[in-house]
Amino acid sequence: MSLSLLVVVLLGLTILGYYLGKSRSLALAGGKIRGLHSLPMFYGWYVVLWCGIPTLLLFGVWIAMEDWVVRSMVISELPEAIRSLPADRLGLVISDIRNLAYGNIPLDKADPAIRPVVDHYISLRQTGTAAVWVVCLCLGIAGLLYGRSRISTEFRARNRVENAANILLIISSTIAVLTTIGIVLSLVFEALRFFASVNPFEFVFGLTWSPQTAIRADQVGSSGAFGAVPLFVGTLLIAAIAMLVAVPIGLMAAVYMAEYSGPKVRAWTKPALEVLAGIPTVVYGFFAALTVAPFIRNAGESIGLEVASQSALAAGLVMGIMIIPFVSSLSDDVINAVPQSLRDGSYGLGATKSETIKRVILPAALPGIAASVILAFSRALGETMIVVMAAGLAANITANPLAAVTTVTVHIASLLVGDQEFDSPKTLAAFALGLVLFIVTLSLNIVALRIVKKYREQYD
Amino acid sequence: MTDILADTVPRQQPAAALTPGIHMTDAANKRLKARYAAERRFKLIGLAAILFSLAALVILLTTIASNGFTAFQQTHIRLDLQLSAEQIAPVGTTDVRQIMQGNYGAVILAALQKKFPEVQSRGERRRLQALVSAGAESQVGRMVAADPSLIGQSLSIWLPTSSDIDMFVKKQVDTTVPEEQRRVNDAQVRWIDSLKASGDLELRFNTRFFTGADSREPELVGIWGGVVGSFYTLLVTLLVAFPLGIMAAIYLEEFAPKNRWTETIEVNINNLAAVPSIVYGLLGLAVFIGFFGMPRSAPFVGGLVLALMSLPVIIIASRAALRAVPPSIRQAALGLGASPLQVVLHHVLPLAMPGILTGTIIAMAHALGETAPLLMIGMVAFIVDIPATPVDAATVLPVQIFMWADSSERGFVEKTSAAIIVLLVFLLLMNLAAILLRKKFERRW
Amino acid sequence: MQNGTHNDLRQSEIEIKMVTRKVGVFYGEKQALYDVDLDIPARAVTALIGPSGCGKSTFLRCLNRMNDTIRDCRVVGDITLDKLDVYDSKVDVVQLRARVGMVFQKANPFPKSIYENVAYGPRIHGLAENTEHLDHIVETSLKQAGLWKEVGNRLQESGTGLSGGQQQRLCIARAIAVAPEVILMDEPCSALDPIATAHIEELMDELREQYTIVIVTHSMQQAARVSQKTAFFHLGNLVETDDTRVIFTNPKDERTQGYITGRFG
Repeated sequence: MSLSLLVVVLLGLTILGYYLGKSRSLALAGGKIRGLHSLPMFYGWYVVLWCGIPTLLLFGVWIAMEDWVVRSMVISELPEAIRSLPADRLGLVISDIRNLAYGNIPLDKADPAIRPVVDHYISLRQTGTAAVWVVCLCLGIAGLLYGRSRISTEFRARNRVENAANILLIISSTIAVLTTIGIVLSLVFEALRFFASVNPFEFVFGLTWSPQTAIRADQVGSSGAFGAVPLFVGTLLIAAIAMLVAVPIGLMAAVYMAEYSGPKVRAWTKPALEVLAGIPTVVYGFFAALTVAPFIRNAGESIGLEVASQSALAAGLVMGIMIIPFVSSLSDDVINAVPQSLRDGSYGLGATKSETIKRVILPAALPGIAASVILAFSRALGETMIVVMAAGLAANITANPLAAVTTVTVHIASLLVGDQEFDSPKTLAAFALGLVLFIVTLSLNIVALRIVKKYREQYD
Repeated sequence: MTDILADTVPRQQPAAALTPGIHMTDAANKRLKARYAAERRFKLIGLAAILFSLAALVILLTTIASNGFTAFQQTHIRLDLQLSAEQIAPVGTTDVRQIMQGNYGAVILAALQKKFPEVQSRGERRRLQALVSAGAESQVGRMVAADPSLIGQSLSIWLPTSSDIDMFVKKQVDTTVPEEQRRVNDAQVRWIDSLKASGDLELRFNTRFFTGADSREPELVGIWGGVVGSFYTLLVTLLVAFPLGIMAAIYLEEFAPKNRWTETIEVNINNLAAVPSIVYGLLGLAVFIGFFGMPRSAPFVGGLVLALMSLPVIIIASRAALRAVPPSIRQAALGLGASPLQVVLHHVLPLAMPGILTGTIIAMAHALGETAPLLMIGMVAFIVDIPATPVDAATVLPVQIFMWADSSERGFVEKTSAAIIVLLVFLLLMNLAAILLRKKFERRW
Repeated sequence: MQNGTHNDLRQSEIEIKMVTRKVGVFYGEKQALYDVDLDIPARAVTALIGPSGCGKSTFLRCLNRMNDTIRDCRVVGDITLDKLDVYDSKVDVVQLRARVGMVFQKANPFPKSIYENVAYGPRIHGLAENTEHLDHIVETSLKQAGLWKEVGNRLQESGTGLSGGQQQRLCIARAIAVAPEVILMDEPCSALDPIATAHIEELMDELREQYTIVIVTHSMQQAARVSQKTAFFHLGNLVETDDTRVIFTNPKDERTQGYITGRFG
């Protein structure tokens, strides 16, 4: 009697409810649809709502709460010695019990002290499942009967159903807001826990980043060093290199496509640039690490320069290539939005094409281009895979593009990959870094979107 | 000059600062030359920018392709195995565990030694055994377990070589370095040449690459685990993001009153579309795994995270598609007495569907290539089983690529590249579908 | 104003600035203009009138090859400017447009300062020897356009902030600053109120002392007020051309008659 079977049964019940509602309304109207306020279908849906929503809610609540309820009941069963363990150790015991109960670990390997608890756990879960079965079924049937009993020929089923649908639409549209709230809350909450053990001032202005030392409590220098400045500097350096590649090339490509190329050339180049945008970043990362970084290293060494094997230049260059299509397609839109009358005005005075572009079109499009550059920059700051694969972990403060640097995103990823426990400053540091990243990119996006909006209004 | 204004009172017209003939002077012609030179330079720079971008694309793709296509073939050795009962299991047994524990290494070594009877010393024997992949033993074991009647029989079979040998045969190893620095020594080269000559060693289609999952040995890896993981992840993403996205778009575009709240939602959606993907990973880790206690590494959780990430994109695309449906259609339906919801469901939504689907496919393609947020929720684990349900631990294709790219062994380079080729083919197909859809249903109102 | 408009162009004495012979224009396969023969007198205002879509703007844009910027647009026939074949492959359009300036239907000042708008032409053509000279060009051009009194003390303000009529005069000043020989005006007053229109008309009357002006207009009154010569276009054909006074008092073609008396248009 598993829960998935229950879902199927409940689904069947609601379908049954639909037909019952529909047939009842038809029966009441003596088979004449015109005698009803709404189409029979709406009466069916009305019953579905009464049958489905309460059970769905209950089922959802149970799924969310079951683990917690069973867990607290199990903990009260445990011997005193285990119960008084610190929270993280207790969690391990609980997950052991759970694994034993699900048969992930053979039962015969269990600690005799927790053996009865495991049995109890299993029986609790069985009781719980049975209870959910009974309650959900009862509720479903009760809802079905109630909904059906409400049906009469004058009953305004359509309005009720449409109201319910409207509420569903409103709920869906708030998911986006909930996501933002979720992001902000989870980042802020975890970051605050981090700042409880690490001084925020040290985090923002500290010059040393070595979270690795904080793994073991008894280690020398166990507090770890969480000065994020090297990460900020590295992020800015790589993003700056990327922008140096992407902005001129993307902008000039956009200018060429918008002003020079014929429709045939444009029909080929525009999709080709979009392909560049569609390639997953992990592919760029592989390309950077496999081809570009060794190439730059060899090229640098052949002219006597010392180049790190994971140089900022390699990561920045490849990131720049990735960003070219963003700059070019946004700029292309902006350039096309410049009114033709300005071009005419300039050509009418005897300007050449490049003079018109340089002195009229680009200055007129400047706000939009600035916005696209800001958006591209924000993207460069948040880009993860290329830098994870091509930039490495060396937290150096340098402006030398040939040296190895690291970024905020690299460290978010490296701090959280693998099975760390949730509470160490090391993992929490990732959330603090994430918070910084989120705030910065969000501000940049807001600024860019403002500029775009203003710019659109100007030429509308 | 003819005075055509004879009867006019002369006005206070200031004289022009420049004489009209100024454009015909030599100086003007010289300036013109310079201006055209500047024009050509500027155009050339623009062309160079396009060419640079296209060159980058071509170099990227050819690098991947040239590194990757060899992985679709794998070096195999044909061996005549004597599956003797004393080395494996008593004849007639069907106990899988017992069969799997048989000494297949000895069986394979015996078959190799039959080909090269001159090999005697322990060191040489080890190197001879190293020709064959370490995974060959369990492969034979599984075969026998599936068909226990093979015990006691002899069996002619193609087994994969080890990655070093594979790389050597594919000429991806530098043979000029001294022997002691090579991973394939001179004796092994001799054996390989003799096996090749007798037709017992050849490149065969690498089926395992398409059917297997991850492995520590580059010659044994397969992408199927990642493909299935990606499939489950995208399935969850689609099931969550598609209906939610459409409903949100319908509300915002068709029903929402213009007020502060809907404006907030709109600004929100636009900003969410530009939040770095790794931040979604942090959200998933903190909320789904930390707060709701969902399992790590599960495609279900990955799918939820990617759904939240794709949602703004789908909403924006769906709204654009809904907006493109002309108001006249809504008015016509309303005029017939349809309720606003019926108008949308019966008339507007079907007309907007191609646009919505196109946007959704493109969002799904992005989700398929997404890696960073999935690292956060533990989908980066080493998983050798192919996931059977969306809550099993799994990895996805791009994360698989990331993990292989991280491995230092030479053999992984071609496997990584080949996996990228597969990923790009999937992306290409999805984008192609989107383009065809757009072409087929494109409508001009 | 009145005394300026009713001058006869005494055929024997006037200088012809531009000549067109058998000019036709195709947009792709579609022909928009047929065999236009027109002489444009120097230092006078020539008005092109006719109903919408009759090809008068298309014709105007042939005179300085602005049609080049439209894809699929093809011009046949001969157009000469002081005996120079405008469509000759050796002719440079940049130079041509410097000599034949243009003012558009909708005022299109660049989103720059008033000063920069006027200085744009001299800058790109390299006409100013130094900044004082450029200042001088800007000032005289604005004075010629009758705008100096209004904007002389705020040259650094944006040109797009001016009123519609001022913007159009700024565009005229911008065209004058290049020292053109011919100024083409494509319905320069269609977006302006009557007072601004009167301003521009007065300005045209003054400018024709130094420049050859060709104006496309919808308003017959305007053509009668400002022009010395009028050409009537209909369905891509040049129906009739003569002294303005003749056209408006004694047209030869009945289509012209019908148009100026308001029977169609």
